[in-house]
Amino acid sequence: MSLVKITTSALAISAVCATAAVARDQVQVAGSSTVLPYASIVAEAFGENFDFPTPVVESGGSSAGLKRFCEGVGENTIDVANSSRPIRDSDIELCTKNGVTDIIEVRIGYDGIVFASQIDGPAYTAFEPADIFNALGSKVLVDGKVVANPHTQWADFNADLPASDILAFIPGTKHGTREVFEDKVLLQGCEDTGAMQAMMDGGMDEDAAEDACIEVRGNGITVDIDGDYTETLARVDSNPNGIGVFGLAFYENNTDKLKVATIGGVEPKTETIASGEYPVSRPLFFFIKKAHIGVIPGLKEYAEFFIADEIAGPDGPLSAYGLVSDPELATTQEAVSNEDTLN
Amino acid sequence: MTDTNTSMAPAGEPKRFGSLLEQSDRTKRRNAKEKRFRLYGVAAIAVGLIFLTALVVTIILNGIPAFTQTHMTLQIELPADKLDKKGERNLADIKKVSTFGYNPLIDAALVRAVTEAGVETDITKGKDLRDMLSSGAGAQLRNAVLENPDLIGTTHAFTLLTSSRVDGYMKGRVTRVSLARDKNLTPEHLNIVDGLVDTGAIRRSFSWNFITGTDASESRPEQAGMGVAMLGSFFMMLVVLVLSLPIGVAASIYLEEFAPQNTFTDFIEVNISNLAAVPSIVFGILGLAVFIQFAHLPQSAPIVGGLTLTLMTLPTIVISTRASLKSVPPSIRDAALGVGASKMQSVLHHVLPLAMPGILTGTIIGLAQALGETAPLLLIGMVGYIATNYPDGIASGFLDPNSAMPAQIYEWAKRADPAFYERAWGGIIILLVFLVTMNAIAVMLRRRFERRW
Repeated sequence: MSLVKITTSALAISAVCATAAVARDQVQVAGSSTVLPYASIVAEAFGENFDFPTPVVESGGSSAGLKRFCEGVGENTIDVANSSRPIRDSDIELCTKNGVTDIIEVRIGYDGIVFASQIDGPAYTAFEPADIFNALGSKVLVDGKVVANPHTQWADFNADLPASDILAFIPGTKHGTREVFEDKVLLQGCEDTGAMQAMMDGGMDEDAAEDACIEVRGNGITVDIDGDYTETLARVDSNPNGIGVFGLAFYENNTDKLKVATIGGVEPKTETIASGEYPVSRPLFFFIKKAHIGVIPGLKEYAEFFIADEIAGPDGPLSAYGLVSDPELATTQEAVSNEDTLN
Repeated sequence: MTDTNTSMAPAGEPKRFGSLLEQSDRTKRRNAKEKRFRLYGVAAIAVGLIFLTALVVTIILNGIPAFTQTHMTLQIELPADKLDKKGERNLADIKKVSTFGYNPLIDAALVRAVTEAGVETDITKGKDLRDMLSSGAGAQLRNAVLENPDLIGTTHAFTLLTSSRVDGYMKGRVTRVSLARDKNLTPEHLNIVDGLVDTGAIRRSFSWNFITGTDASESRPEQAGMGVAMLGSFFMMLVVLVLSLPIGVAASIYLEEFAPQNTFTDFIEVNISNLAAVPSIVFGILGLAVFIQFAHLPQSAPIVGGLTLTLMTLPTIVISTRASLKSVPPSIRDAALGVGASKMQSVLHHVLPLAMPGILTGTIIGLAQALGETAPLLLIGMVGYIATNYPDGIASGFLDPNSAMPAQIYEWAKRADPAFYERAWGGIIILLVFLVTMNAIAVMLRRRFERRW
């Protein structure tokens, strides 16, 4: 009896509430946890400077955000998806299937991805992509042969690195950061060490070789972190040998606990990332549903405010928090004001 | 045991034990065993107490600083040519100056204040000095001016929040060493802070804002408060109370007093007990599927949180209500029926009032449990950065996106700036105060109104 009662009454109540639900008057945003701090800074300043209510920003990861974004059009779907990777064809397919056709892509700037370790830990101060690949790749090139990764210590393959156990906390697969880590570090290292060429010589086609290159060892040597950088920090904090993958902004807020490693001899800084010298960086985006502009009050104003010079420019608050501002911001501003959609 | 032992001993067997005055080895061993057993118990309690003390002490030590905040008092000039170029004091014109337009005024005031305090420093640019203040300072000025346009053209004293690093320095969390590699503030700034502390411009004091204020973005931990999350929790608890108390009590009265004893009611009883043990995240995913994806209720709204938590609280309330109904002696029912009352009259007039203290206690404990629950809220979107707006009215309180106290604590704990960590601990103190109060009320109700038979 009571089970039936619970469900029926709950359903009845929810039905009543659904009809009573008033029109939404604030912008709703979800997606990448890397973009979240920037979006929350903008949302706060937006609420202060405009008569619109402060937008609601949630996190959950780029892919999760885009999935919610593509659920459909209407007030109970989100208006903006934050993403730390470009939109994929699979996302667009899902969107199209659910009737989300006109999508405006906005690039807000760049984010550096840094390798950092405990401040008092071993001297992980300089890496090449090849080092990371040799340490973390599941198959590496040893004496001209592609073998399952035998290395247990960094010094095993590069005498300049400390003789300490390999342990890395890398972003989980639902994070946009993972893709950058795979493309810009593992794949690069795979090519640099010649492992990729060796795999292709061994009969793999290029795609298969790339897939094999970005495969990580797992097995407790690489640990996928599905949570936030705070979790990575906690892991690094308790493992002196561990290195963690962080966003530049997060590292800069925790310089008292972390020391950063250079990649290819370049120190990650906003300047080196903006100039492209530091190799491991990626653009950050948010996507707007054009169908919601004019329906949800303040949506377009929010988008324009986000990329305004005083916010996303080199002297704005986003840059102060760690965003590397986009040299081509003016183009983006124009695209947003014209509401240019993808394709 | 003793009874069975004596009855099992064959009668008339010669007594083989020693004197009563002298303990035999066996008795000694038995007594020692008992003593050890008691010691284990005491040790177990001691371990529990040590953990509890450690927990409470850590929470208080870490959390208390969050209740104070460092402010800087500045004399800021508000020139009319910057803020209201037309000079008509027209609100629409004044609004055109954004919060960033107020920053140069703060810069100028800072330079003046530092010079007046006589601090020798390499930092001369006002923009760099502004690193000592919260980035919300401009907004505070703008709001003050919009509220009272007559301030334009005067010099007014403002009490502004300092940045989280300066606040951390005043609380001993930030040191000159830790700032060496920090780009948010330099050790040089701290010299200025020391100078301004001497003149009394920078002061650390109790901050109501932490309790009543709104959440803030990641760049402004100093401005974040619990207030809106508290309201979110309050509206959720209203939903839980209004739904789960009547439904739970009605269900248990029926099951306890009226339902026939058959396999079907047995089945329901087993299910209720099982539901009480279901992990709360399961209710979260149910809430997501039913209330948001099926019924299309707004995301992140306290009403959805309340409905989800209702599902979670119902079994607790049903079980405690049934227990207190059961504890009313059958003689009361028999007497009522005996003088001609109907079954319903006997329940409503006699059994229910006597069971009320137990029911209320169960409800309050169920509510306290729901108040501290985070897992289901993760799934219905109540965790995330939430608007800096208070709900404007009852309806908006239920339907507008909001956070809840435990969700807010979780949110703070995962943010990058270490200052948020301190606030998370502070938030735990507030949450614990609520829980302890609720439990105390429950105990009081039970003590006062419970009747023993």
